[in-house]
Amino acid sequence: MSKQLAIKVEHLSKVYNLGEIGTGTISRDLERWWARVRGKEDPFLRIGESNDRTTKGNSKVVYSLTDVNFDVEQGEAIAIIGRNGAGKSTLLKILSRVTSPSTGKIYLNGRVASLLEVGTGFNPELTGRENIYVNGAILGMKKKEITRKLDEIVDFAGVERYLDTPVKRYSSGMYVRLAFAVAAHLECEILIVDEVLAVGDAEFQQKCLGKMGGVMKNEGRTILFVSHDMNAVSKLCSKAVMMDKGAVKRIGEVDGIIADYLNRNVDGGRLSYEFEGPSAKQLYFKSIRMLNSKGEPCKTFYVDEPIFISFDVGINDADFKCDLFLTVLDFKKRRIFSCESLVTGPRMQLRIEPYQLVRGNYSIETFLNLPNIGKLEFVEDICDFSVIDHVSPMMKHGGYDYGVVLGKYHWDTVEQ
Amino acid sequence: MEAVADKKQKWDLVIGTRNSMFDLRLRELWEYKDLLFLLVKRDYIAFYKQTILGPLWFFIQPLMTMVMYVFIFRNIAGIKTDPIPAPLFFIVNIIAWNYFSECLNKTSTVFKDNANVFGKVYFPRLILPFSIVISSLVRFGVQFILFILILLFYIFVKGYDFQFTPYLLLVPVFIVLMALFGLAAGMIISAMTTKYRDLVFLVTFGVQLFMYATPVIYPLDYPKNELVRRAISLNPLTPIFEGLRRALLGHGYFQWSSLLYSASVIVVLTIVGMLIFNKTEKDFIDTV
Repeated sequence: MSKQLAIKVEHLSKVYNLGEIGTGTISRDLERWWARVRGKEDPFLRIGESNDRTTKGNSKVVYSLTDVNFDVEQGEAIAIIGRNGAGKSTLLKILSRVTSPSTGKIYLNGRVASLLEVGTGFNPELTGRENIYVNGAILGMKKKEITRKLDEIVDFAGVERYLDTPVKRYSSGMYVRLAFAVAAHLECEILIVDEVLAVGDAEFQQKCLGKMGGVMKNEGRTILFVSHDMNAVSKLCSKAVMMDKGAVKRIGEVDGIIADYLNRNVDGGRLSYEFEGPSAKQLYFKSIRMLNSKGEPCKTFYVDEPIFISFDVGINDADFKCDLFLTVLDFKKRRIFSCESLVTGPRMQLRIEPYQLVRGNYSIETFLNLPNIGKLEFVEDICDFSVIDHVSPMMKHGGYDYGVVLGKYHWDTVEQ
Repeated sequence: MEAVADKKQKWDLVIGTRNSMFDLRLRELWEYKDLLFLLVKRDYIAFYKQTILGPLWFFIQPLMTMVMYVFIFRNIAGIKTDPIPAPLFFIVNIIAWNYFSECLNKTSTVFKDNANVFGKVYFPRLILPFSIVISSLVRFGVQFILFILILLFYIFVKGYDFQFTPYLLLVPVFIVLMALFGLAAGMIISAMTTKYRDLVFLVTFGVQLFMYATPVIYPLDYPKNELVRRAISLNPLTPIFEGLRRALLGHGYFQWSSLLYSASVIVVLTIVGMLIFNKTEKDFIDTV
């Protein structure tokens, strides 16, 4: 296989002006112009100011991207992840030529199609069919090409019946499906996708992911994918670029980067969860806490120590029989295992034995279960905690994905 | 792309900080011609969607304006349009002025109106002003039929003496010049309004005022003051409007030299406009 590059990003930076644009900028423009006339550097392009929104900078301009470099090979799906304000969207905007970089260059090979926000240029008054044409043309398709693909697009969106109805009468789901369908059927070598999957139902999201995965594998297209949905990212992409404050923090295999990214996000999580009370229900949660073996609140555990999760349950009706059900989720929010116990007192404590969970980030999902009746007090994805591995036999394999549990097993040499 | 087997790669596209201002990428523009026509079609369809009279609205507006103008400028203000009957005089001017002002007004807000599209997808931005000019032309064409109907009425019912002259062949030239002038002024203004919104206010009433500096509601020989007439002649639109009346109605002040003057001013302005627009489109999204 040839290792041809599809995208090469070189020393890319982007500067934005802070504050009001317009009032007062004539003077700044003049100052800039005067500096250029004298052959000096632009006084407002001072290097070094990074885009940290929380602290007040001392200059009036801010670097949304600072010296970004990376390569993408042809046929590769690469994810760009980072917190809000990391510069992901700016990068995509430059890549799709909506705005231009302040310094640096991007080299591209092949036609680029960007799905920055689907439905661009949809006119609510026009019918679905008319909008497919206009939207397709805006995205760079020829009229013939659209006609050829019309059936496929309509079929994918599932809006055949509404094709000659103005799109303003569409439900928002139909609107988005149609818009995505147009973009997804674009013939291009490089596809840029930004958060479009945030809309649409789960079934459609799966369909979109499938479509993108398909075009990547079958047609050898390159995909640049920006999302906060780590499931989608890990499913679609093999590599990832993690960005932070306008700079590239890490590039590498997708799983390692996701873990790193989520780990960072755990910082600042909570140690205990108090619930609104008191409630008139027979049983209700008062609080849930994570504790270590010394009984201290904790959210980072070593692989060789037990994890305690303590529940304070309010009981109004002592005769009420109810189970406490808990599921441990991994960083991709997949369920790893569940445990259940009858509520026998106002404080229930669960002990998760050591050497069970591999290193990584976890959370829990819990509820009070009335068998055959229903779930009470359902809480999902709380109590973020992480497990640090420094001693297990698997530790030496580093970033390799060896699963989510440390199995209980025993090797033997068997005499023949 | 098959040819690129070496380590040394050839790139289809390089996104850099600043392309040359003079690089208009006209070939790319040509590649997007389908978009141009679809946009024109969209404008046209969206215009009469959910209206009862539909395309008839194209007629109603100039017709009512004509009646109003005849009443106010001919009957009340007493502006003489002789030997052209006042309704004919006004309808030609109204249709032509509508075309020019629509090109100018719409082009001058093109960045602001389409910021949401421009902010999401790339396509040659020049397509949009062009589509405005063309869809306005469609409207102009429809309204031109109205003019012909009125003209026929005057010829056959009122006995208006109309003769075909070779000047009729110049009509397309007048129209193109008018479109270019609207386009050029619009592009220059739109490029500047992305940063300084003040110009928007200027344009809305400026276009109205500019109409009075153009022989639209009066013929060029109406002002008695020589100085005033000279000043009006400086307006590049003056030879076009006078020429249009000469070609279509048989009476109007037409000179080749003044047409040449107007054409050269407009061509220069168009080139400047395209260059400025081209420079602005690259990162207007950061300032708009």
